[in-house]
Amino acid sequence: MKNRANEIVILSGKGGTGKTTLTASLSKIIKNKVIVDADVDASDLFILLNPEVKKQEKFRGKSVAVINQEKCTHCGLCEEYCRFDAIHQDKEGNFTVNFYKCDGCALCTYVCPVGAIKMNEEIVGDWYISKTEFGDMVHARLIPGAENSGNLVTMVKHQAQLMAGEKGLNRIIIDGPPGTGCPVISSLSGAKYAIIVTEPTLSGIHDLDRILKIAEQFKVVPKIVINKSSLNNENVSRIEKFAEDNNIEIIGRIPFDKCVVKNLEKKLTPVEGNCGEVKAEIEKIAKFTESIF
Amino acid sequence: MWITVASGKGGTGKTTVSVSLALAMENAVYVDADVEEPNGAIFLKPLIEKEIPYTELIPEIHTDKCTFCGKCADACVYKAIVILKPLRKAMFFPQLCHSCGLCAYVCPVKDALIEVPKEKGEIRFGHSEKLQFIEGILNLGEASATPLIRGMKQYIPKDKNVVIDAPPGTSCPVVEATEDSDFILLVTEPTPFGLNDLQLTVSAVREMNIPFGIAINKAEEKSTLIEDYAEREQIPILGKIPFERKIAEQYSKGVPVIYSLDNGKEIFAEIYTKIRGMVKNEK
Repeated sequence: MKNRANEIVILSGKGGTGKTTLTASLSKIIKNKVIVDADVDASDLFILLNPEVKKQEKFRGKSVAVINQEKCTHCGLCEEYCRFDAIHQDKEGNFTVNFYKCDGCALCTYVCPVGAIKMNEEIVGDWYISKTEFGDMVHARLIPGAENSGNLVTMVKHQAQLMAGEKGLNRIIIDGPPGTGCPVISSLSGAKYAIIVTEPTLSGIHDLDRILKIAEQFKVVPKIVINKSSLNNENVSRIEKFAEDNNIEIIGRIPFDKCVVKNLEKKLTPVEGNCGEVKAEIEKIAKFTESIF
Repeated sequence: MWITVASGKGGTGKTTVSVSLALAMENAVYVDADVEEPNGAIFLKPLIEKEIPYTELIPEIHTDKCTFCGKCADACVYKAIVILKPLRKAMFFPQLCHSCGLCAYVCPVKDALIEVPKEKGEIRFGHSEKLQFIEGILNLGEASATPLIRGMKQYIPKDKNVVIDAPPGTSCPVVEATEDSDFILLVTEPTPFGLNDLQLTVSAVREMNIPFGIAINKAEEKSTLIEDYAEREQIPILGKIPFERKIAEQYSKGVPVIYSLDNGKEIFAEIYTKIRGMVKNEK
């Protein structure tokens, strides 16, 4: 089997700490890589990298139950057995399936005494292979309200590995989703390093602890970046102490600077904008990241 | 009245807005449904009075009774059960199980496959002074937040004014948190990220036929990015919280914005009044 490219995933637990801004900045500096946006629920990396879509495919996710109203005898067993609260009688008295709530388990198709229920595979999103000025990018878009983002994350990562293999690239940079659930687990799985972007706020610290435990469960080596570090020195010290106790390296401290937001408004990263200290610190992080990958 | 506070993008200020809104309301309950990363408690510092485990049913296979027929494994769409008939071996992968109950339904042998409760998280109840507090927290490594959110909703008192702090994103857990609400307040920020994710969320929310409006967090005097969009789409803007370093600093210490902002009380009282007006018109 061919060698897999190394994956580095940018995560945070808490949303809005700066994952996408850091990923875009690193993508503009680090060479020989494929870029992945694994935040398929609310993907934003394209805004900063301006990809040109080369290939687009539909993503089929879960199956959803469909009730044949002509066969249905209104016995109500499907509603009674469904554990996802997905089947209810509508105003006309027909039993109908809620697309969003149906988990695709198919129990109702077994329970139905007249065979009126079938499972139907649904398209839940699209994935894309695109070209950017800074390298190839694999990204996706989940239909709002749909589920199975974990599988879609696995799919985009797989496409990125194929692309890296084809082009002889050994690095994959992944912009991860917030939270600790299924899509985060999918984005971590198989990665070499996780760069955890935190901020010196009580919420940031709380979520840092949770995301680090997930990284540990999946045996991915974490590195910490403290974003908006000048907001609260006391909390920065707490993160430093925490990192030291757990033997985790802090690879950067990016100061709070409204210059970052001003540039984002123009769809620019702080690396291109004139954000002096922020830019210098990100360049340092990029240099380090390049050295470990 | 139930108000859900949601946003596509994380970190726009859902918790900031929901905590402060709940503090501005009478007879209120704050419900933290961001069960992967609940942060409301950091700002409300509630006194927790009760904790109950959240459980879901998972199969337990009794190999002394099991005939290794493989019906459960064939039926399971999540591939959570593997039966090796020649080896008389049954394997169960709890991370893949969605607790649907199909395996138990199809098992033809009495007591060979029994469903037993497994703890997946916790629901906590308490008070922060007059404000009632409910929080769900998902165990680390558990994949799906949706069932826990569904479970939590059973405990929300019907006779109170409820603020639900929803998880980020636009997928199932958000739909679950939002579904029974009278109003959805979308929190955004005036950046291209904020706008993009707001647009995604609006398309999900429009399908739900629940009235909704926008609160702009980290609002900048000069930026009209969100206002322009809201005007085009005819979505009301109910309030703005300015982008000030002082607010960010107080936030970092866990101080709700309703207290750290000079006119915080007025801003959130006004948001609440506008929401009440919109919900009344709807009915």
